[in-house]
Amino acid sequence: MATAMTPDDSQGSQRYEEEHVHSVYEQIASHFSSTRYKPWPIVERFLKEQQDGAVGADIGCGNGKYLAVNPRVYIVGSDRSRNLAQIATQHYPHSAIVADNLSLPHPASTFDFAISIAVVHHLSTPARRVEAVEAILELLKSPQQGEVAASGGKALIYVWALEQKDSRRGWDEGHEQDVMVPWVLKEKKEKAQKERKGRRKEAKEGAGVEGEKSAAVNQPESAKPAEDKTFLRYYHLYKKGELERDITEAGGEVVESGYEKDNWWAIATRKQ
Amino acid sequence: MKLLTLNFLTCAIKTCKTSPASFPLHPRDAELEIIESEINLPFLRNILPRLMWEEIRVIASELGLPSLPTTPPTREDLVEGASQAQATEQAEGEAVAEVEEVPSQTAKDLHRILLETGIKEGKLVCGNCAHEYKVMEGVANFLLPGHLV
Ligand SMILES: [Zn+2]
Repeated sequence: MATAMTPDDSQGSQRYEEEHVHSVYEQIASHFSSTRYKPWPIVERFLKEQQDGAVGADIGCGNGKYLAVNPRVYIVGSDRSRNLAQIATQHYPHSAIVADNLSLPHPASTFDFAISIAVVHHLSTPARRVEAVEAILELLKSPQQGEVAASGGKALIYVWALEQKDSRRGWDEGHEQDVMVPWVLKEKKEKAQKERKGRRKEAKEGAGVEGEKSAAVNQPESAKPAEDKTFLRYYHLYKKGELERDITEAGGEVVESGYEKDNWWAIATRKQ
Repeated sequence: MKLLTLNFLTCAIKTCKTSPASFPLHPRDAELEIIESEINLPFLRNILPRLMWEEIRVIASELGLPSLPTTPPTREDLVEGASQAQATEQAEGEAVAEVEEVPSQTAKDLHRILLETGIKEGKLVCGNCAHEYKVMEGVANFLLPGHLV
């Protein structure tokens, strides 16, 4: 796995993420979307726990798979990729827009809940990751005076973990945290598709929890590798406790946190 | 982009957010579209207290839509013959809960404006900094040019 060389100035970081995150998702949008249909249990639980009529934001909504989980709430999804946001607009009664997670077009202190699933780990410096968490927390309703912090809006943040030695990728404690992860985009060839059909099930079972397809998993021997295109996406892999630290640094309070299938997650509120 | 979305949108430029003039964003050169959907009474009832009514009235009038009443509808206004149903409920208890609620004209109008009417093409303009955000194929784009980030 390639180690990522991340720039340390803000301008450079933006350009870096443009090339190694945004432009990749834009190009793989349709294929990426077809692999994203099953909600992760923690996220599903969080969304179903919300009261009827609650208003939420899904920061980095991708194809909008989480918009479909609870039709009794209203969610405004946003994504940096226009192609993904376009797909996400199909989920009635919710909405989807194109926006940057560091410049969100929402009024502050308005939302009952927010989710940001597999997004913050795409920012390439510690400061930008904390800023991203701040931007999420800022959307939430503040806790009422005199009440516990948990009475305000809640955000669920979910990031890829460094500790995943049993996963196909095998990263673990002590490994490099800034990595480039390949996405293999299949060239659409009818013949190749047919050959692949019989193997699809096998491929799905072999894929990681994120539904990642890589050459190793999804590549039938007969296919011509030259027809496929590999995109590299930048990720910062979070180590134990790091997400909670980012939340605290961003002025939030961690209500609950844990580990689910190669990912760290935390539910946070704003401090009073 | 359905008009309800505008109730939760403002300018993406940080320094604008604290200015009251940045909310709501104002549609300009808007081409509207109607995407029909089934009316959902519980959803409307729940979203009602979240609506910035005065701002929604302004947007509707800017778009040349039929003018909305000056005061926001109440939850009872959304159901046909709601007061009568409540009276029966007190008398007969649970049995009435089974009766299907009929959306009032008010509910239908609200559903049409907030959820079925959308901006297909056009711009959303910030009242504070005058920045224009494009709406294309029903999707509003809030990405800022580099010098405004
Ligand atoms: Zn502005």
